[in-house]
Amino acid sequence: MGQMQNFTKGFIRENPVFVLLLGLCPTLGTTSSAVNGLGMGLATTFVLVMSNMVISMVKNFIPDKVRIPSFIVIIASFVTVVQLTMQAYVPSLYESLGLFIPLIVVNCIVLGRAEAFASKNSVGSSIIDGLGMGLGFAFALTLLGSARELLGSSAIFGFNLAKGDLMLVFILAPGGFIVLGYLIALINKLNKSS
Amino acid sequence: MGSKKESTFINMLITLLVIAVVSAATLGGVYVLTKKPIALAKKKKQEKAIKMVLPEFDKLESKKVPDARGNDSLLFTYATKNGKPIGVAVNTYSDKGFGGMVYLMVGFLPDGTINNTAVLAHSETPGLGTKMKTPEFKDQFMGKNPASFKLKVKKDKGDVDAITAATISSRAFCDAVDRAYRTFKKEYKK
Repeated sequence: MGQMQNFTKGFIRENPVFVLLLGLCPTLGTTSSAVNGLGMGLATTFVLVMSNMVISMVKNFIPDKVRIPSFIVIIASFVTVVQLTMQAYVPSLYESLGLFIPLIVVNCIVLGRAEAFASKNSVGSSIIDGLGMGLGFAFALTLLGSARELLGSSAIFGFNLAKGDLMLVFILAPGGFIVLGYLIALINKLNKSS
Repeated sequence: MGSKKESTFINMLITLLVIAVVSAATLGGVYVLTKKPIALAKKKKQEKAIKMVLPEFDKLESKKVPDARGNDSLLFTYATKNGKPIGVAVNTYSDKGFGGMVYLMVGFLPDGTINNTAVLAHSETPGLGTKMKTPEFKDQFMGKNPASFKLKVKKDKGDVDAITAATISSRAFCDAVDRAYRTFKKEYKK
């Protein structure tokens, strides 16, 4: 598998949200607007790249039996770094994402990539895999957030296109499930035809 | 794959110890680096809210005041201009929100009139309870003195127009303002 493929597989073919269906809790919880989705996606991308890199660097020093606790400690450290940094420099985004930032630790994508990819591949490929998967996740969340914001509050990235709210249900939890369902159907159709 | 270390007790112990120590050191470093900016961001937010709820001032002084309605304490920020008191900004809260706690700041003029209010943090329903941030709702408190303006929604025989479909959020808002007013009155009588 070429490096290019390692990078692009995260977008459509192995997209974590639309195809692997991993990490759906933050996906549904934070995508009430495009900005929130993008912020969450980028925070996860950073954690994914850094943890993939470090784990592939130390993979030979970690005995098999303690690999899961070791991975989790490494991931949790990077999540805390992100959390503190966001709190310091983008406090308003940090507030709207709230509890979901510390919860990146238990996002299945991060541990999944560490276990399935970084612990078996070289540092370079692991960074590229993390970047591709992370950006695929960010792309999915932004798409979902944009769709929900557009349908729910007739705005996109905070810019109002029309006055007032449209269909409130799309900002609330049920709307998240509905939009996600339609997007998955669409991606499946695209994947089948190509 | 290179040669993996054996899962012996001592290997596992050393690996976990090293990882934990390195992580702890990294986090300690990041914490020290971000401590100042975080405190600054919080202070900025607080100051922005005070500017919103009080008339122009040139000096602020904060102090904790025991809550008139509970065991907690509220943060009072006294604002003065040229040495004359021009108002008090009160950080108040209500636990009666629809989605949890609602944190507000209420600015009182020295005679007890509400100058303005600001929502600091909440977790109300988007599109319904969040309307308490809109001028349509919160401007009805401006210039009212709770001595003659009943801090309750009209459904509860008060004077406040509730937000449509968000009576509970409106009640929480009134509850928080009421908490601030009672504490303010008790403190100012002294």
